[in-house]
Amino acid sequence: MKIVVAIKHVPSLADEVELNDEGTNLDFDAIDFALSEWDEQAIEQAVLVKEASGGSVTVVGVDIIEELEKVLHTALAKGADEVAKIVGDFEPPIESRTQAKMLAEAIGAMSPDLVLTGVQAVDDLDGQMGPMLAAMLDMPYVGVVVNVKAAGGTATITKEYPGGVTADFEVQLPLVVGVQAASQPPRYAPVSKIRQMAKTAVIAEIETDDDGAGGPTIRKMAQPVAAGHAEMIDGDSGEVAEKILAILRDKGLV
Amino acid sequence: MGNDVLVITEHFDGAVADISYEMVGKAKSVAAALGGEAIAVMLGSGMGAAAGSFASDSTVYVDDPALEQFNPEAYGKVIAALMADKAPRLTMVGSTAIGMDLGAWLAAKSDSEFVAYVGDVAADGGDLVISSRLYAGKLTAEVVSGGGSAVVAMLAGSGDAAAGRGETAVSQIGSPVDLSSLKTKFVKLNRPAGGDIDITAEDKLIAVGRGIGSADNIELVQELAEAMGAVVAASRPITDAGWLPKTRQVGKSGVSVKPKLYLMLGISGAPEHLEGMKDAECIIAVNTDPKAPIFNVAHYGTTCDLFEVAEAMLEALG
Ligand SMILES: Cc1cc2nc3c(=O)[nH]c(=O)nc-3n(C[C@H](O)[C@H](O)[C@H](O)COP(=O)(O)OP(=O)(O)OC[C@H]3O[C@@H](n4cnc5c(N)ncnc54)[C@H](O)[C@@H]3O)c2cc1C
Ligand SMILES: Nc1ncnc2c1ncn2[C@@H]1O[C@H](COP(=O)(O)O)[C@@H](O)[C@H]1O
Repeated sequence: MKIVVAIKHVPSLADEVELNDEGTNLDFDAIDFALSEWDEQAIEQAVLVKEASGGSVTVVGVDIIEELEKVLHTALAKGADEVAKIVGDFEPPIESRTQAKMLAEAIGAMSPDLVLTGVQAVDDLDGQMGPMLAAMLDMPYVGVVVNVKAAGGTATITKEYPGGVTADFEVQLPLVVGVQAASQPPRYAPVSKIRQMAKTAVIAEIETDDDGAGGPTIRKMAQPVAAGHAEMIDGDSGEVAEKILAILRDKGLV
Repeated sequence: MGNDVLVITEHFDGAVADISYEMVGKAKSVAAALGGEAIAVMLGSGMGAAAGSFASDSTVYVDDPALEQFNPEAYGKVIAALMADKAPRLTMVGSTAIGMDLGAWLAAKSDSEFVAYVGDVAADGGDLVISSRLYAGKLTAEVVSGGGSAVVAMLAGSGDAAAGRGETAVSQIGSPVDLSSLKTKFVKLNRPAGGDIDITAEDKLIAVGRGIGSADNIELVQELAEAMGAVVAASRPITDAGWLPKTRQVGKSGVSVKPKLYLMLGISGAPEHLEGMKDAECIIAVNTDPKAPIFNVAHYGTTCDLFEVAEAMLEALG
């Protein structure tokens, strides 16, 4: 079974988000990138399917800022067999739909049985990649998925609804799955193993002429106008604890 | 392409989801401004009566046994056919477990623009101005959609459900496409086992998020909850990691709660979490990041370390 994981390198929100001078997007010079958190789940689910049913896992993403290597080395350390990056003359951002187009082309050529991707990413303004990949590859799509099993040309997919309800689907391969959470928490890749991969790994390069430009017309981007703001409680933690308890006593809650 | 707004409504266990009414309400105002109609669309089997409950200008109900349960392939094909027939300017889906399977797929198939995480849509002259809560709600992007057709995924809570409830005659049709040879087969629903505490019935919740750092640290919060007569709830990463059972998850894919107290320790306030707790009576957020979006929603906040605050509260409670 050929399993492909389509990943996204997205702006990291760990630090303060700064806007560009025009106020139309992030200041991409001032921001780090990280693997989209749901893609980490997709990689884990792919490795779990491989461990259960055999086959190979290929992880592929668009190398937007020429720093995807670290992510790919980590994927190898977690059990991926092959990794590839789509390279070109890019300037961030590359909108989701454009990335989906590039990835669909690359993944189509790999003749996969199963394509996994994160159910969403924080930056997919113009669309989640999974459903777009499915439309472009002409494969069925199931998203918000919390378990994937595959054998004999069929996948059994568990999709999540609110309130702990899930639904099982049986889908003929090939298909695209949007992973919400892997059936087990993602495994930890020891730093020593990632380092070793960095020394030995071969990252396939898929070149594209597409410069990645284009996408929706963004008039402006701004921090949301808050409808309100919490009344901030000052003081050290001891004072804050006392004040919280005073509020609660006042409301008869303790 | 016309000026109509198509709303893809949702139902589960025979009940129409609130977001459907919210979208219909919003669609009416956008359609009126565009000079078109708000058309509600429902897919299902034996749901004709519920399909009549929208305040839309018209309603199309597609009835087929293959549509009884949500099936992304079947629903996608039927809605794509309806879109081709009606040529709407705008199509709304929910930013939900159902809508997230459909929206971007429909947009790619129909060569429409797509905008995710939408909090509002308005017609401005001939344009649509769409605001998207991007980057986990940290930024709002204002997208302008000019001439072509667009599909948007509306966030729950972004419209007034009352404005979308009403009575409209339903035009019931069979499936416009052949659903006999689908690759995707619905097998069964799995319902949660129960047995754990029902957090929706609790007055006082202490919710922990990723700021808690590790499973071991939950014990401290458990102690605090006991001292306060509260119950521990969580954000999604905590239940995904298996640190607390799924039944404790608050939010979009968990449960919605409305307790008297919602004390939050190390939760950032992502839109998916807010969906499940924004109506709590008293929200107190402990988060070291002064810019965390939760402070725009909480009633009280502090940027002290959650561990220090929890320990100090425990001590003060004796
Ligand atoms: C389809 C879908 C459904 C989802 N459904 C849900 C859902 O039902 N419920 C849900 O919660 N999420 C849901 N999510 C996930 C959601 O998008 C967020 O990823 C999640 O809510 C983030 O959880 P968090 O706030 O605990 O973590 P983070 O966003 O990582 O926030 C952790 C916070 O802790 C703070 N912190 C760290 N250390 C400390 C400390 N020592 N003291 C104080 N503060 C500290 C940090 O400043 C940070 O703000 C869903 C996502 C998708 C795609
Ligand atoms: N104690 C902590 N202090 C600050 N941030 C934390 C803490 N614990 C978790 N996080 C956040 O959670 C992310 C990692 O979560 P995890 O994958 O659960 O280890 C980090 O990038 C931090 O943003």
